[in-house]
Amino acid sequence: MRDNAPATTLHIVYLARLREAFGTTEERLALTGAAPTTVADVVTLLRQRGGAYATELGAGRAVRAAVNHTMVAPDAVVRPGDELALFPPVTGG
Amino acid sequence: MTVRVQTADFDVGREIALLRGGDKRVGAVASFIGTVRDVNDDATVSTLTLEHYPGMTEKALEAIVAEAKSRFEIYDVLVIHRVGALAPTDQIVLVVVTGAHRETAFDACRFLMDYLKTRAPFWKKEETPQGARWVDARASDDEAAARW
Repeated sequence: MRDNAPATTLHIVYLARLREAFGTTEERLALTGAAPTTVADVVTLLRQRGGAYATELGAGRAVRAAVNHTMVAPDAVVRPGDELALFPPVTGG
Repeated sequence: MTVRVQTADFDVGREIALLRGGDKRVGAVASFIGTVRDVNDDATVSTLTLEHYPGMTEKALEAIVAEAKSRFEIYDVLVIHRVGALAPTDQIVLVVVTGAHRETAFDACRFLMDYLKTRAPFWKKEETPQGARWVDARASDDEAAARW
């Protein structure tokens, strides 16, 4: 955690094309419910907002995820206090 | 092992001299320098802007270097990757490997670049006469990394 936000929220970071499309670098999402929440669950939730979220996170768009700075698969579980980053496939070098 | 992400340019000669540091075991120094081209996918590129994910990018580069050191008999590795706005001919990335022999130094250098391309969190955006566009990842880069 980078600040004093209570550990009931997920810190989501958007990078590159996603950051531009959503017009924000980060947000905090409340995690509710007893069942484990996965990266795929969060992406589905975001997609339901429609607009750029539906477009950029829609079928056929490649999105990668990292939890606490480690690349993960869509079935990885996220917990309150985690930092989830969503981004397109990397293009360095 | 040294990994740096920076906006500033780098002096290849100075960096190599620092990495070698008078190590008398070294018999081979392999290096790769990636530079900005003025054309990509048939469009003229005037500016290439590189974005990274502070914290994770450095960690990912360190993991890639650690992997190289476990796979190849090499002595030391330097990786410098620039971020921010760059122009054609500018240097983007430097990888230097020191070892006893050329085969392992060459191999480790190629391995590092192939892995860096597919595993290090950097994203490129280019300015062209048709406007700005994000550079898509290439399948050929995945295939290059899969060789190892």
